[in-house]
Amino acid sequence: MQLVVDGKRHEVDVEDDMPLLWVLRDELNIKGVKYGCGVAACGACTVHIDGVAVRSCQTSVSDVDGEVTTINGLGAPGAMHAVQEAWVEHQVAQCGYCQSGQIMQAASLLSDTPNPTDEDIDDAMSGNLCRCGTYPRIRAAVKTAAVKLREG
Amino acid sequence: MNKVGKIARRTFLIGAAAVAGGVAFGVYKVRTPFDNPLENDLADGSATFNPWVIIDSEKVTLIGPHGDKGQGIAHAQAALIAEELDIEFGQFETSFGKPDKAYWNRAMADDGVPFMFTDKSFSAESMRTVMGGLLKLLGMQGTGGSSSIPDSFVKLREAGAMARETLKLAASNLSGVPVSDLKTANGAVVLPDGSELAYTALAGEAAKLDPVREIKLREPSEWRLIGKPMQRLDIMSKSTGTMNYGIDVDVDGAVHAAVVCNPRQGGALNGYDADAAKEMRGVQKIVDVSGGVAVVADNTWRAIQAAQAIEFDWGPAPYPAEQDDHWAEVAASFVEDRLDKEWRHDGDVDQALAGGKAVDVEYRVPYVAHAPLEPLNATVLVEDDKVTVWTGHQIPRMLQQQVAAVTGHDPEQVDFHNQFMGGSFGHRLEFEHVKLAAEVANQMRGTPVKLTYSREEDFAHDFPRHIGMARGSGAVQDGKVVAVDLSVAMPSVINSQMGRAGLSVPGPDTQISAGAWNNPYSIPNSRMRAYRVPELAPTSSWRSVGASAGGFFFDSLLDELIHEAGADPLAERIRLMQHDVSRKVLEAVGEMSNWGSALPANTGRGVAFVESFGVPTAEVIEVTNTEDGIRINKVWVAADVGTVVDPINFENLVQGGVIFGLGHAMNSEITYSDGMAEQANYWDAEGMRMHQCPEIFVKGLENSTSVRGIGEPPVPPAAPALANAIFAATGQRIRELPLYKHIDFV
Ligand code: FES
Ligand code: FES
Repeated sequence: MQLVVDGKRHEVDVEDDMPLLWVLRDELNIKGVKYGCGVAACGACTVHIDGVAVRSCQTSVSDVDGEVTTINGLGAPGAMHAVQEAWVEHQVAQCGYCQSGQIMQAASLLSDTPNPTDEDIDDAMSGNLCRCGTYPRIRAAVKTAAVKLREG
Repeated sequence: MNKVGKIARRTFLIGAAAVAGGVAFGVYKVRTPFDNPLENDLADGSATFNPWVIIDSEKVTLIGPHGDKGQGIAHAQAALIAEELDIEFGQFETSFGKPDKAYWNRAMADDGVPFMFTDKSFSAESMRTVMGGLLKLLGMQGTGGSSSIPDSFVKLREAGAMARETLKLAASNLSGVPVSDLKTANGAVVLPDGSELAYTALAGEAAKLDPVREIKLREPSEWRLIGKPMQRLDIMSKSTGTMNYGIDVDVDGAVHAAVVCNPRQGGALNGYDADAAKEMRGVQKIVDVSGGVAVVADNTWRAIQAAQAIEFDWGPAPYPAEQDDHWAEVAASFVEDRLDKEWRHDGDVDQALAGGKAVDVEYRVPYVAHAPLEPLNATVLVEDDKVTVWTGHQIPRMLQQQVAAVTGHDPEQVDFHNQFMGGSFGHRLEFEHVKLAAEVANQMRGTPVKLTYSREEDFAHDFPRHIGMARGSGAVQDGKVVAVDLSVAMPSVINSQMGRAGLSVPGPDTQISAGAWNNPYSIPNSRMRAYRVPELAPTSSWRSVGASAGGFFFDSLLDELIHEAGADPLAERIRLMQHDVSRKVLEAVGEMSNWGSALPANTGRGVAFVESFGVPTAEVIEVTNTEDGIRINKVWVAADVGTVVDPINFENLVQGGVIFGLGHAMNSEITYSDGMAEQANYWDAEGMRMHQCPEIFVKGLENSTSVRGIGEPPVPPAAPALANAIFAATGQRIRELPLYKHIDFV
């Protein structure tokens, strides 16, 4: 079957029910997408399908009906997305393992809700666990990213 | 002086390792530096000055041997070297280096010696020196016990200064300018005329010289980096999905493995049926491993799916099958022949209590999982004369020994590549997952095997934080706390953990009542006893180890007594605190939080203070009892680490530690039924989520004369401060974690 990931078209030969997460990581070697729980409890595997955040561990590859964007396609060192820039400015990461998912979730929130309230942020981000406890910095970074995006 | 000083002299406890006494070694042997491991493969024209700095004509590499679990030590180590080396971020590369005894941890001993951190007496200090020497002889290279900064703070700056002075000598030889006229900046030696000789250009000349050993470290007023906000070296890669962790290791030709081991930890595998699994797509091999079975497949998911399709017949657990029986064993342990040690008896507690106990209560803390977000994993390639291991680990040299024992190699033949870790909280002190990967790889010599635990396997085979109970009482008089009596009963986590590594641990375990016995208060009548519960489920060090439980017990009890006395919780703690550095921490948190100010309805504040790993830490928590449950509004934290190396990372680690402590206090435990952990994934043990996260205000104090690490100390005060705040807001005193068994949270 065919998949478009980070702007590139790929042909993959896998089971229909293989989760998108593992297709990305093990078949396409896109390692920015992380495995944390496999049951939609942590958000580490979050990617976008047509701009909307989904848990790739709970998305069978055959159900993917749009373009996939991963953290590696959102931006890169030297050409970061505004959300990634805000994450660097606020030095959010500790171990960093959850942050791909956090950033993808935040980017999706901000494309729907350019000026989120504290409650909007809490609602959108509460599915993303951070075992290191970087939540205060995530909150601040989302707000900074919102300003950056609004000001273009 | 308290009785803590009367210790068993022939027993040395090292926080995480112990050695029976009678070890003889001369001062000379201890003082002799180890050989520099970087000299072994030194290319022509490359210079190394010590085990931490290597320079060739192309680049400068700084070696930071402490493992990075997210605490930012990779950055901090480089910054400490760069401070004296006069080199800027971006001008050097970093590496964890190779396991070597030269990287022995000088500070790990500090928290294992049976002396209070406030005790700077001759016997306490000489014990620390003896312990440090012992660790050195053992070549104990480890990351844990919040010891990386204490270990690194002086020696890495010395390493940088040594390299700098040698490079200046090289520049002097080449230019004819005397060393005294040379300066250094931006990775170069600067001549009086302003021209620069890059360190890389000096490598060839420096390689011919003996490293300069006469060095003087800079005064704090001259520091460029330390104490100033820095951008962590790993922040860019961790914000762009380009940081590679152990789970991302990509070795050519690697196969993917998953394991299922007996969820009754340590129980036998009686038999299994893998017929269905064998037929599944991508499955290459099914092999036996200790206590379970591994599936080797062409990708991770297929390996995990197939492993879960195997039907098993498991043997019983070597510990009680039901949680209630674990508690019964703990409850039965407050008896004379299980007394591990009476750590402290100041004054006369029995006499003080003779007039009546103000409180007489029991507390409990559960097993809790580490559950770092990156599931355990290891990639291993076994060849006839070499084993290569890629994983993130906290004790590299022991890892070499453990792997070598599996494969039949010598430890020196194990080539270990340490990886950035997606969290640990103590889980990556363990070896089981690495040994299992080595078992599989040993049955497939020549093929690299990457083992990834499913989250369920990670939970099932966590070695959780030990459970424990405490019984406490005390007396109050004239509005003051005058006596406190606390007995703690827990299994020895150190014994469990070191036992798995094949080490025996004689003597009392400092961690059974850490956070309680070593409290720096001066309560006139004070008795702290530790009872050792025989091993139940296997346990392991969990961020802040004993203090995560002992701090909850002791501070909760103190809070109850203060309320009984009718005193102010903060003022009475300050009154009882004679230790100057600790008192200032309490005063600071009072000022920050404006303690005593009027609060809205249904709102209350609690304060707690725990010293752990040499860091006095006080937290004030404010909660509101809402219709949806308890909401944590704000937390204020003051901690004294002597010197704050990086204020941004310090704040981040303190906030994270508070959140870790609060999350587990709220809703996390591991319980056993039929010998198996009942919690299989994060739904069952969530920790804190964003919508529950309070604002957290942090202040680092620098009154202490010793420089300490901040990874663990924010954790222990969080649980008691929260329980104390809930009491203040609701009148409900909760004496058992997790708190959600007794009260709802938003
Ligand atoms: S791995 Fe998908 S939500 Fe945790
Ligand atoms: S930074 Fe470690 S899990 Fe979020």
